[in-house]
Amino acid sequence: MRFLARRLGFYLLTAWAAITLNFLIPRLMPGDPVELLVARMKGNVDPAAIDAMRRAFGISDASPWRQYLDYLGNLAHGELGRSITFFPTEVSTVIADSLPWTVGLVGVATLISYLIGTSLGVIMAWKRGTWLDGVLPGATFMHAVPYFWVALALVFVFGVTLQWFPVSRAYGLDVMPGLTGEFARSVLYHATLPAITIVLASMADRILGMRNVMVTTLGEDYVVMAEAKGLTSRRVMWAYAARNAILPNITSFALSLGFVVGGSVLTEIVFSYPGIGSMLLKGVENEDFPLMQGIFLVISLAVLVANFLADLAYVVLDPRTRQETE
Amino acid sequence: MNVLEIRGLGVDYLSGSGAVHAVSGVSLDLRRGEILGLAGESGSGKSTLANAVARLLRPPASITSGSVVYRRQDGSAVDVLALGGNELRAFRWKELAVVFQSAMNSLNPVITVGAQIDDVLRVHAPRMSRNERTERSVELLQRVGISADRRRSYPHELSGGMRQRAAIAIALALNPEIIIMDEPTTALDVVVQRDILAEIRALREEYGFAVVFITHDLSLLMEISDRIAIMYAGRVVETGTAEALHRAPRHPYTLGLLRSFPRLRGPREELLGIPGVPPDLRSPPPGCAFHPRCAMAVAECSESLPVLRAEADGEVACLLDDGRGVS
Repeated sequence: MRFLARRLGFYLLTAWAAITLNFLIPRLMPGDPVELLVARMKGNVDPAAIDAMRRAFGISDASPWRQYLDYLGNLAHGELGRSITFFPTEVSTVIADSLPWTVGLVGVATLISYLIGTSLGVIMAWKRGTWLDGVLPGATFMHAVPYFWVALALVFVFGVTLQWFPVSRAYGLDVMPGLTGEFARSVLYHATLPAITIVLASMADRILGMRNVMVTTLGEDYVVMAEAKGLTSRRVMWAYAARNAILPNITSFALSLGFVVGGSVLTEIVFSYPGIGSMLLKGVENEDFPLMQGIFLVISLAVLVANFLADLAYVVLDPRTRQETE
Repeated sequence: MNVLEIRGLGVDYLSGSGAVHAVSGVSLDLRRGEILGLAGESGSGKSTLANAVARLLRPPASITSGSVVYRRQDGSAVDVLALGGNELRAFRWKELAVVFQSAMNSLNPVITVGAQIDDVLRVHAPRMSRNERTERSVELLQRVGISADRRRSYPHELSGGMRQRAAIAIALALNPEIIIMDEPTTALDVVVQRDILAEIRALREEYGFAVVFITHDLSLLMEISDRIAIMYAGRVVETGTAEALHRAPRHPYTLGLLRSFPRLRGPREELLGIPGVPPDLRSPPPGCAFHPRCAMAVAECSESLPVLRAEADGEVACLLDDGRGVS
């Protein structure tokens, strides 16, 4: 438990650092969001309106310390300022609207990719030296292929040429969002191609990573002993070899979970998927600092949470981390 | 009465530069309830031999010749090398168990010691209830001097000696006829080593299993073994009772091994050791593999391969003195 408390303290400190950096960076840059907005409107803005916008964005001439405290106070209430792209929508609303799409699509796809990839890695290591080794060059190839290329290829083949799947949006124009079977079907149908993209593009890493660790683990004495004990191959493979080989892979999985929130930006763009990756692109295009700032903050917090979950998983899976140092 | 008969066993490691004959033409008997010591330098093939008998060899190692026969108490014979799938799984641990060199590595680090006894029982004795299995685990651990509450400990929570005791407890789980111990005390300090050896002897008296005890430490073998087999370059060069080997070694290599350790008691002796290094098994020297390092070698030694031949209380493979070795 002390281990976890220490880790939690570390993550709180890191979160504070991330939040503070998020406060500092825009303020170290020349100009402010209002100037940007005014420039976009080509200067035809009433000075009173500028003043109102400055208040809305929380820009003031108060001391930096005062501003920092206000910023922390606003964060505590979930206020991240207003987006320029979608003015006057709050950044928090933009994120809240797009985050579920990304978490749903990328999160589920990452999970599937991890489960399938890890299992395949285990089996391929177990059956090394057989025809299954022939999969390796293919996996290495997929490992090198970028997400957007897979996405474009799938769009071209299954979306445009065969027209089996839709190539944009998260659900059909003809269905009303709601808790209906029709809407759920439409969402799943639209998510198929992007999900396959993510699974295909990220699975090779999992296969290769797991296989390599697993092959090393199979040489360990405890695996040989498990075999000598006359246990079933299934138990030797999973409870002895894979159970130990998975430990180094947890960290990389947790990291990829953290980046789920960042979205597979390119995948979302290719499929015009209304997730947080598309929002980030729009924010960048429009120099929408409040939106970018908000998204980066959410991403960094998600990475921290994912890392903490990885630590938790470690404690559960590896008894050696539970050892109390007295 | 033999419990295990090894005849003409050969094991090769296939490598790019040709086959390495790690074990060639080894014939050995293991008698019921005896402790057979297997000694030799690193690379002499003693662990490979043990793994071949336990059917634990993995590619690139493969058995090229010979036979291994296991004789049950009722006299029925089992061809160990021909066992397949389920038969092999049943043979393992029930008839033949293994204690590996480093208990640090031979216990699964993420499973409790109790669970590692439990899974053997669950596979081989499916009729035992959960409570019976727990009772048996506790009994086994206590028998090797580990308290019952340690059942819930993970390997890293135990000391080196305790881990080796736990490994022995696991080996005892199904009352096997044979236990192969591959350098079970090498990683331990001398005091713990002594405790473990005493424990092994006591357990042998109680359960009557036969032990193949592998080590490079000949003086330790002299103490614990009934009989000893000396291996060199993949071949058995001498066998005999511990007492006979100690009193009158016949093979120059055995003599060299004996003179490599200081004696605590008895007359002072010059420590000789053995000059040179073990041969490269990809291209072993012609004739007796030991002749380049042998102080007593004669011309014939580099020409003809000595065969193991029976003597008064053992066997020796040496051309000296008409095949009777040094005396």
